[in-house]
Amino acid sequence: MNEEKDSNQTKAPSQNQKDERNLLQRIFVRRGAFNALVIPLLSIFTALLIGGLIIAFSNLEVLAAWSNFFQAPLEAVKLTLASMWGAYTSLFEGAFGIPKDIIEAFRIWLETGETRALREAFRSFSESLVITTPYIFAGLAVALGFRGGLFNIGVEGQLFVGGLASAYVGYSITGLPWIIHLPLTVLAGILAGAFWGAIPGILKAKTGAHEVINTIMMNYIAFRLTDYLLTGPMARPDNLPITPEVAPSAYLPALFDKPMRIHWGFFVALGVAWLVYWFLWKTTTGLEIRMVGANPKAARYAGISITVIIVLTMSLSGALGGMTGVNQVLGVDHRLVRAFSTGYGFDSIALALLGNSHPLGVVLASLLFGFMRGGAARMQSVAGVPVEIIRIMQGLVIIFVAAPEIIRSLYRLKKPKEEEGPTVPDVSMV
Amino acid sequence: MAQAEMVIDKGRARREYMEGVGFLIIAAFILLLSRGTSGQTTTFVLTSHRAGLTISAPDLLIPTDIGLYVLAGLAALIGFWQLARGIERNNLAITVVVGLFILAFLVWATADKSLNMTGMLVSSLVRATPIALAALSGIYSERSGVVNIAIEGMMLLGAFAAVVFASVFDSLLLGVIGGILAGMLLGLLHAVLSIRYMVNQIVSGAGIIILALGLTSYLQRAVLNVFTELNQPGPAIAAVPIPGLWKIPVLGPVFFNLSPLIYLLFALLIFTHFLMNYTRWGLRVRSVGENPKAADTLGINVIRVRYISVLCSGAIAGLAGTYMSIGAAGRFNEGMTAGKGFLGLAAMIFGNWNPGCAFLGSLIFGFFDSWQEKLSLLQVGIPVDLLGMAPYIATMIVLAGFVGRSRMPAADGQPYKKEQ
Repeated sequence: MNEEKDSNQTKAPSQNQKDERNLLQRIFVRRGAFNALVIPLLSIFTALLIGGLIIAFSNLEVLAAWSNFFQAPLEAVKLTLASMWGAYTSLFEGAFGIPKDIIEAFRIWLETGETRALREAFRSFSESLVITTPYIFAGLAVALGFRGGLFNIGVEGQLFVGGLASAYVGYSITGLPWIIHLPLTVLAGILAGAFWGAIPGILKAKTGAHEVINTIMMNYIAFRLTDYLLTGPMARPDNLPITPEVAPSAYLPALFDKPMRIHWGFFVALGVAWLVYWFLWKTTTGLEIRMVGANPKAARYAGISITVIIVLTMSLSGALGGMTGVNQVLGVDHRLVRAFSTGYGFDSIALALLGNSHPLGVVLASLLFGFMRGGAARMQSVAGVPVEIIRIMQGLVIIFVAAPEIIRSLYRLKKPKEEEGPTVPDVSMV
Repeated sequence: MAQAEMVIDKGRARREYMEGVGFLIIAAFILLLSRGTSGQTTTFVLTSHRAGLTISAPDLLIPTDIGLYVLAGLAALIGFWQLARGIERNNLAITVVVGLFILAFLVWATADKSLNMTGMLVSSLVRATPIALAALSGIYSERSGVVNIAIEGMMLLGAFAAVVFASVFDSLLLGVIGGILAGMLLGLLHAVLSIRYMVNQIVSGAGIIILALGLTSYLQRAVLNVFTELNQPGPAIAAVPIPGLWKIPVLGPVFFNLSPLIYLLFALLIFTHFLMNYTRWGLRVRSVGENPKAADTLGINVIRVRYISVLCSGAIAGLAGTYMSIGAAGRFNEGMTAGKGFLGLAAMIFGNWNPGCAFLGSLIFGFFDSWQEKLSLLQVGIPVDLLGMAPYIATMIVLAGFVGRSRMPAADGQPYKKEQ
């Protein structure tokens, strides 16, 4: 079958051959720019499909229907689809808002000028963007590391120390105008994250200790540090494991009134994504980082100091990780709570992979994950599906994106002439 | 060639110098600890009380200051030796000095108090077991040239499956088998992805960890929390005393009155040592991990060897998870492996991909894991959470200090593509 196709390819393209390609190929494969999107999109679609099946088959009614399959086969299929449909519509409504409510809110606004209903209706949408923001920072952190040939699995720890540092500067200093206090607080978090990332970087550059294990160790150390600081030196006076509230002069300001929580952090994240793009592709240092990532030996011959670049890359990656925590503390919680991260650091690996370690790709992937996670809360309360289903889908997406052959054989796509795998460092390096 | 040797010699001399100075600093620090301890006595209790059984042994009484002087003297001696002559077995020297330091710390912390040493050794071994199994799992996979960072995920799914199997069939043995099978299932996934599809092995590992984390958390909430009887495998696997031996003071409780899974770990360690070093299969695995092309030329089926190795790795990782759930905790908790799989990988690197040395590394982590609890009882004035950082900091120091000298299998992490 395959050979036949190959031999056809050598002939001049004819009407006959065109018909041999299936529908998906005719839609996607024609244009080159679109080609890069096929595998990620189909991966997401397949992960959603498998996730849907898992949802359906952990539903008791569906299982009961399938045990009666031979009496009522249609009923079983119908219930399965209904369960998936129910879960995914609540996911959609949770992510974007309920369309009916939005229309109603617009009507009220046009008639009375009252914006409260409008803000209520758009709350879900705003929440999804609030969740997207830390994803963008964290995804950029991992992507920058990938481009430099390094696996930064330590974003989770970096965001904790970044959050701790910014919370400390945020609540201990008062009375400054925001134009000084806010940048100072942000800087504290960035520096803390950079420091946390630099340690595994230095160890890698100087001793060759693998950054994967060291960044993971730094995560656990950061968790312990957080526990220690929140129960002791940085605890609120009433001894709850929470830091005191950050002074309002250090807030990342909200865009609208409550209950919408979307804040300037989202636009800062977009700006930082552009900055990372500019840095990696338009500056000499960025080029050096990418060279070390692509081929360390060649980079060394070109006179680039691998040691310096490794430490720099890990520090910058850590700084972006720290920014994730800063964003949560200054934009959302206004204090540091023990469990303020829902695993952004771990999800970020999936984001960088899905976005092919490109800032634009990371932003798109973050929007996808942010809206999925935003909707998952409603899915849990309305359809009773635990939020963790999202993580299963993330794992599947990673696997599918990393092994495009699986997707291609599932959907019978043709292998492109020159395939570029996802931009990921080699395992054994330097 | 001569030049290269000189460079190595120079590098080595510098490292020896640094280490010698480091050892002397440790000795000085131990002396510092001895300030104000004159007249105090450290009591190490050797009597074991476990499960209502008492195996008595005389207490070990040490005058705190003299004990610390002796330990400082030993550390200084090794330091001077290192500076003057250089020590051949570098890793051993580091291990001994770190051991002396830890001992000194314990002597200091126990001044005018008492600490049950036997209990501490037992709890170190118990805590080291999942780490050692994870390290073994890593050895099987990496010796054949496949990096496996997914051990953490395999352990998690193994722990989950063991609990469910044991609860459904009401049999701990079937629970163990279930755990091993679950580990193998993820091992198969890792093998297919990294061998057949040649996916970057760390990416595949990361994907599997996230998948396992999501799957077990999801199933815990959607299934185990609804049908709580699925998370009740009964009491954890009981310790089996070895007749005649378990009553020996100190040694009995530490080595001969343990969970069958720990005996299994000992057996696996010895078995793996012989398998890797003295059998034809071991030679094949090593050659595939060092130079797959040459192995292929000699007629060894590289792909098959790697598949089998990764499946074994998954099985042992599943066993490690099983030990944590039905072997120790008696139930499944979300994310219960808590980084033990990664500690195992660090122990493997520390042990230079050898089972025995990796076990030693695991014991160090197990020890640090248990000292947090013991030291908080002694109230040494250091917050528990900071003491809890010790195993992770130790891992990093160990990796930084040893990795330069350890040698990973040459083809570790590289997919093998047979040339047509």
